[in-house]
Amino acid sequence: MSWLVEHAGEIAARTLEHLWLCGTAFAIALAIALPLGLFAARRGRVGLPLIAALDAIYTIPSLALFALLIPLMGLGFWTAVTALVAYAQIILVRNVVAAVQSVPPWMIDAAQGLGMTPLQVFLRVELPIGAPVAIAGARVAAISIIAIASVAAWIDAGGLGTMIFAGIERQDIRLIAAGTLGIAALALIADGALRAAEHALRAPISPA
Amino acid sequence: MASIRFEGVRVVYPGAARAAVDGVTLAIPSGCFAVLLGPSGCGKTTLLRTVNRLQPIDGGRIEIDGRDTAGLDPIVLRRRIGYVIQAVGLFPHLTVAQNVAVVPNLLGWDSQRVSERVDALLAQVSLDAQAFRDRYPSQLSGGQQQRVGIARALAAEPSMLLMDEPFGAVDAIVRASLQQETLALQRRTGATILFVTHDVDEALSLADMLVVMRDGHIEQTGTPAEILTHPATPFVAELVDADDALRRLSVITLGALAANAAYTTSSALEPGTIPTLDAGVSLRAALGAMLETGASRVCVMHEGREAAVLDLDTLRNAVRR
Ligand SMILES: Nc1ncnc2c1ncn2[C@@H]1O[C@H](COP(=O)(O)OP(=O)(O)OP(=O)(O)O)[C@@H](O)[C@H]1O
Ligand SMILES: [Mg+2]
Repeated sequence: MSWLVEHAGEIAARTLEHLWLCGTAFAIALAIALPLGLFAARRGRVGLPLIAALDAIYTIPSLALFALLIPLMGLGFWTAVTALVAYAQIILVRNVVAAVQSVPPWMIDAAQGLGMTPLQVFLRVELPIGAPVAIAGARVAAISIIAIASVAAWIDAGGLGTMIFAGIERQDIRLIAAGTLGIAALALIADGALRAAEHALRAPISPA
Repeated sequence: MASIRFEGVRVVYPGAARAAVDGVTLAIPSGCFAVLLGPSGCGKTTLLRTVNRLQPIDGGRIEIDGRDTAGLDPIVLRRRIGYVIQAVGLFPHLTVAQNVAVVPNLLGWDSQRVSERVDALLAQVSLDAQAFRDRYPSQLSGGQQQRVGIARALAAEPSMLLMDEPFGAVDAIVRASLQQETLALQRRTGATILFVTHDVDEALSLADMLVVMRDGHIEQTGTPAEILTHPATPFVAELVDADDALRRLSVITLGALAANAAYTTSSALEPGTIPTLDAGVSLRAALGAMLETGASRVCVMHEGREAAVLDLDTLRNAVRR
């Protein structure tokens, strides 16, 4: 217990670092995946090779991907962000495509037939119908990012991984436990928040 | 207010060997209930969708009120034309009221006016606004969903309505009542309706103008009575089952016969012993009344006055071909 009190400052700092790293990566990943996914969904033929390429990135072990980036970008925060963004892409793009495809053609037809402009069809029909599917994907992506980000400590990007690596080095189980539990807590919180968002969007469709 | 004219309209889907709509020329006057009838895949939906430009055409032209639709903004055009799609087509994430309000909202009506309009429309399609306003489509029966779909199409008081098998998903009883309500609604609003079905009975009971389609072209156009009594081709005769005498009886009204019948007053023939029927009643119903009462004549009333007395022979001659 006294160990915890003593290390509270470090745990909090590492947690914030972790959160900042993952939050940045998640926001950038989303900003890239949304347009990419929409594009892939609308042009099936261009979309397939794109998804295959993203699949290939996903098969690279995370440690190897971080290592591969070092000669290109050096050590540090942005290298870690880049790796995390690359990992999240396949999950997010896949789900944006699935989200677009979850809107049945008759619904688009009805929307257009009533006189909606393409933007209105997107905002009023495709977005609300597809969003729950997309958010389900975002949940998986967020959890993956939070987990994989522990490796970031290895390239000096900070985060809770730093405590785990330090714990391994000093053979201190308490450090390892604190780091691991912190990551698990972050993952659970992120999952809960996105699940709530998904539920809020889905709610009106199912009978009250 | 809203006439439609197709002139040599042609649609070829990309990669298709044959045109889905192949040179259709047709004029539908304002206020007409026109029904497109034909077997599955003959191009009814495709032709219907050319009117609001959901389906681009590869040849010919389409005029609404004499104006070529190619020169109109499709978004503006669609907001002026009610559209009921083949599936019920309600948006599952919107309430009944929000579904009905889609077009008024697109047109930027203020919320007070939209809300009043929604209530009035739900009443028009026999739904209790209080009970249904805030429900989601998944909480409605098939027939109720169809009604909301119709209300949505009517929302901005369109002078033209496109309906693609709107009653496909409901049982016979609900179907019949929806048909009657649609007819009443059309008479009340004077809207021009283009209605697609492959149900012959539905087509016969609704149409002012019946358009029989086959393989992308029009096989015959006429009133239901004309088509049943004078089918232009064996295909039409078979499709509408023109050989069925009872069916022919069902599309001819007593009024149509009374006009040419020799006038005899019923009082001259044992008053009160024969069925008295309105001129709008079908010959089929008249035959039914005779069979039920054992009478061999019926008295036809027109605007509350005796117009004619018709006997079994007159009926027989009317359907003999
Ligand atoms: N999007 C499309 N792409 C290619 N071909 C199509 C498309 N839509 C319809 N067709 C074809 O065009 C023809 C006419 O189809 P359409 O949907 O207009 O028929 P329909 O008369 O409405 O049939 P149903 O009564 O089954 O609804 C059919 O042969 C159909 O296979
Ligand atoms: Mg069809």
